[in-house]
Amino acid sequence: MFKFIARRLLETIPVLFIIITGSFFLMHAAPGGPFDAERRVTPEIQRNLEAHYGLNQPLHKQYTDYLARLIFHGDLGPSFKYANRTVNELIAESLPVSLQLGLWGILIAVVIGVSAGIIASLRPNTATDYIPMTLSMAGVCLPTFVLGPLLVLVFAMRLRWFNPSGWDEPSDYVLPSLTLGIYYAAYLARLTRGGMLEILSQDYIRTARAKGASETRVVLRHALRGGLLPVVSFLGPALAGIISGSFVVETIFQIPGLGRYFVTAAFNRDYTMVLGTVIFFAVLIIVFNLLVDVVQVWLNPRLRFD
Amino acid sequence: MTRGREQRGRRWDGAAVGVCAVLLLLLGGCVRPGGRVAYGNRHQILYWGNGAEPADLDPQTSIGEPESHIFNALFEGLVSQDPRDLHPIPGVAESWDISPDGKVYTFHLRHDARWSNGDALTARDFVESQRRILLPALGAEYATARFEDVQIVNAREFYEGKIADFGQVGIQAPDAWTLVITLKEPADYFLGMLNHESWYPVHLPTILRYGKIDDKTTAWTHAGNHVGNGPFRLKAWHAQQEVVVERNPFYWGAKGIRLNEIHYYPIDNVDAEERAFRAGQLHVTTDVPQTKVDVYRQDHPQFIEISPYFGCYFYRFNVTNPVLKDKRVRRALAMAIDRDGIVRNVTRGGQQPAHTFTPPGTAGYVLPGPGTPTDYEGARRLLAEAGFPGGAGLPPVDLLINTSQNHQAIAEVIQESWKRELHIDARIVNEEWKVYLDSEHTLNYTTSRSAWIGDYLDPYTFLGLMVTGNGNNDTGFSNAEYDRLIGLSRQAADPAARRTLLAQAETLLLDESPVAPIYFYTNVYLRQPSVRGWYPNFLNRHMPQFIYLDDSAPMEFIPGQGKSLSARSE
Repeated sequence: MFKFIARRLLETIPVLFIIITGSFFLMHAAPGGPFDAERRVTPEIQRNLEAHYGLNQPLHKQYTDYLARLIFHGDLGPSFKYANRTVNELIAESLPVSLQLGLWGILIAVVIGVSAGIIASLRPNTATDYIPMTLSMAGVCLPTFVLGPLLVLVFAMRLRWFNPSGWDEPSDYVLPSLTLGIYYAAYLARLTRGGMLEILSQDYIRTARAKGASETRVVLRHALRGGLLPVVSFLGPALAGIISGSFVVETIFQIPGLGRYFVTAAFNRDYTMVLGTVIFFAVLIIVFNLLVDVVQVWLNPRLRFD
Repeated sequence: MTRGREQRGRRWDGAAVGVCAVLLLLLGGCVRPGGRVAYGNRHQILYWGNGAEPADLDPQTSIGEPESHIFNALFEGLVSQDPRDLHPIPGVAESWDISPDGKVYTFHLRHDARWSNGDALTARDFVESQRRILLPALGAEYATARFEDVQIVNAREFYEGKIADFGQVGIQAPDAWTLVITLKEPADYFLGMLNHESWYPVHLPTILRYGKIDDKTTAWTHAGNHVGNGPFRLKAWHAQQEVVVERNPFYWGAKGIRLNEIHYYPIDNVDAEERAFRAGQLHVTTDVPQTKVDVYRQDHPQFIEISPYFGCYFYRFNVTNPVLKDKRVRRALAMAIDRDGIVRNVTRGGQQPAHTFTPPGTAGYVLPGPGTPTDYEGARRLLAEAGFPGGAGLPPVDLLINTSQNHQAIAEVIQESWKRELHIDARIVNEEWKVYLDSEHTLNYTTSRSAWIGDYLDPYTFLGLMVTGNGNNDTGFSNAEYDRLIGLSRQAADPAARRTLLAQAETLLLDESPVAPIYFYTNVYLRQPSVRGWYPNFLNRHMPQFIYLDDSAPMEFIPGQGKSLSARSE
């Protein structure tokens, strides 16, 4: 197992390198720069600003400087847009928020999605299958930018149970987490149902039943472990996405998370912030995919012989 | 069996904990009838929807309206401004004298002015601050205002490195309480300019504690480090969440301040902002969704504020374009735009059709003549004179816009006006913001939508743009007579003579038509009636030392909460 993980970690180095290189040069190839604004600065000021951030250097020099700072100091550089903050600070400040939102969202998604999927799989093609699956289809089709304002309208504007936006008190977590959670729950329900249906028709399930195991035990102990395999492979990359923040949900609810930086940094041509978020996201994806592989080995004994 | 029951028992425990947690969360949201605003009214805490996250809180290096609202709380310049009509009133300077030739300004500073850490604020601080902004390595966007908008003696020379000794620059402190600023040319709008944040003093010892004087990326502006001299001081700054300022006890006028705190929220989504206002989370907003403007105006006029703003929405014409180099074509295009249709059907926020480049609102400046009229007959005549009768032979004209529904809709009206009235085809070219800026600046366009907001109440903040070589000209327009008139206006000591010269220049500008004015901006935002001491004005500047919250005002909430508003807007 250790060897497996070590090998996978080594593999990530060239992957990250390619991602950083590609993003760096693509970003600099885009027209416009961080200091272009509707009110233009004079050429002298432009030159001074570029000199301050090292943008007057040849591109390959900027690239090697950036890599050197990143590798030896873990320094993602100063933000171009938010002058008094570094990218490290901005990520460090916003990540906990996105993490909190993401974990609540995942919790809701797993609880609702997996239970709905199990219930649906127990009596396929009956009402207990159709109702949750219809709802989940609706959930999959309902984008967060529709669901979010809808929840706000009902629970914040009409019922006045929650604030429509902000991230100040625990009650502010409810609507955004639901928005995020319901969307993923819908996917998880369908994946769980599919996985469970396949497993429930296996021979070892019949054996378990024949040996007199209760239905609850058959479903939760014998079938669920295998039935969750597709869910786990989906959750890996999904977790990376959820944890690193959702632009839409954060904008609707005005949450100070990481997700908004992904989009606004690109619009602002905030070069260091763009690279910082890309690298961060890439690392998350790699880590979670690795975790998924580990969990899959644990769930599926057949993989252990590789 | 026993094992099974145990398991089930544990599961139920988990469920019970979960249900309790959810209930607690729900209860947390049920409190506070009237929302945060009612609490704020009782405790003099203003909740301000401020549009965007401030890039920084250094008044010399950050520009932008959200920042400027916060700077007005954290800093104060030599002069302040009347909250109603913005005329200069004493700020850090108690009084000032202007020499008869209008070139020497002597400010007498109040002796009780202090920084928010208790240090005395002297004329030396102003000199040091102005020296800092003129250091080229700082890269301050507004440094050039000191030798372009007004001409401070030797400011350009110092900025360009020709003079190293700041003692030769026309900003001097003969003693601790006297500041003398010497201009090369009189500028009767100079006092008004001093309200701009780039003229606010900064606390050099604090800046130097956190880094070099000309490094704009240091931590001196973080909460806890920040030192200012305004009526409020920085209490907290949570990125993308809120900036909190509290009353500054060292402010010379602290006794008169009634607000205890202001919370600025960087809500950049206009729909989210409106929902927050409706739920009682905000006292004032920055904007109103276009779909809701009419609803508020008709049903809840007490909440909506619509007032003229010192800005012009216009199109630039690239005068180096082979077709547009003929001024008759430019003027014909500029005249054949359905401005009334645009303000009536598209912008819908009380904007006025623009027939001049300078918005109305600068005292005493009136442009004689029609400016750029909407005149289809005249446009057809001009086009025929230019050799394109009935639009025949004119290649399609590109309308460059940056991606936005609003700009798109306006461009469509223009496209349709030109097609209908002049039989000219126009294509709308849509570019992402930074790409669009790049195209505009490199004259890689035919016509391009633009906007300009004045920095101070004088026509010069608009007309100065179109001078040859101005960095914001962006049209290729260069006219010796225009440059001459603007140059003369800068030397005119008599305000009336100066305005006459500017009016001549603008008449010439509109005749040449490197720009086609479309409409004058308005500020459209929402405000709780409990916010007092807040006056709509041309520059949308709201000085927080005058603002207070009237708790005795009946709490007004929008009846039906979400219902009537959302039902109509769908």
